Amino acid sequence: MGLEQESFFTTKLDDIIGWARKNSLWPMPMGISCCAIEMMAFAGPRTDVSRFGSEAFRFSPRQSDLMIVAGTVTYKMSHVVRKIYDQMPDPKWVIAMGACTSSGGMYRSYSVVQGIDLFLPVDVYVAGCPPRPDNLLRGLMEVQAKIARGEKPGQKEKIYIQEHA
Amino acid sequence: MPDLKELVVGKLRDRFADEFESSNEYRGELTVIVKKSAIRSVCQFLRDDAELRFDSLRDVCGVDYYRPEDRFEVVYNLYSIPQNFRLRIKVRVDESDLHVDSVTPVFSTADWEERETYDMYGIIFDGHPDLRRIYMPEDFEHFPLRKDFPLMGIPGSLALPRK
Repeated sequence: MGLEQESFFTTKLDDIIGWARKNSLWPMPMGISCCAIEMMAFAGPRTDVSRFGSEAFRFSPRQSDLMIVAGTVTYKMSHVVRKIYDQMPDPKWVIAMGACTSSGGMYRSYSVVQGIDLFLPVDVYVAGCPPRPDNLLRGLMEVQAKIARGEKPGQKEKIYIQEHA
Repeated sequence: MPDLKELVVGKLRDRFADEFESSNEYRGELTVIVKKSAIRSVCQFLRDDAELRFDSLRDVCGVDYYRPEDRFEVVYNLYSIPQNFRLRIKVRVDESDLHVDSVTPVFSTADWEERETYDMYGIIFDGHPDLRRIYMPEDFEHFPLRKDFPLMGIPGSLALPRK
């Protein structure tokens, strides 16, 4: 009511910045194997991530603030992933998409890193092999919720998205 | 048309009397074992022979049998497009002497396949133009497809980025 008459409302600066940030998360698509296909579907018309302000997939780490690691990370590739993560400006968040990324998955092998949290701070883990696009969307919403709560990236408790029944 | 299998084995026996070791056929697949010293000239002969024309090398790989003698084998799968005929050639490699002549001068496609075999088994291809590791990092010191290499690797042998 007051809003209509006075044309202003009061809030905290952190809240308004967080609100802007959470609705414009630009993903860095770290699509390094089959999960990337579902990540593309996540950006496509059916799941339509643009409803959440994240349709602008940036292939430059300088313009992204959410890294979606979608695929098996080998020891050789881990250095590249870390380098790209380091090039992203703060604040930045990480979603570990799928079984391989979260834990090595079915690759119990000498060449595959058994979970990217061995070298990256992860905010949300999304289960599935690969996860369905809507499950990844749920992961994105959890990141948004973290930002809305004012949490710093890579801290507090991790969030684990279960697979659909 | 003469039986190609007999033709191939007969030609190889005639031409490489000392280096030919054995041949066998299993489920229609012909395999020939030759001495490793002859592998490049065998490939050259099969490629250039006007009747056979094995013009395509489809794969090169290694096998570790983990046995006291002739521990490794290198397997070459050849294909003759004109004859629509496949041939598998094997050479045995003992652990004391891991050198095999490269066939890259004959089939340039062997380049990366021999690098892979070197990377995974440590077999050294003499005469290869650029024998480096192809999958594993260049400073890696082990050969992961050998039977005595542990499945989950050797701790500390592959570096992770600092956290």
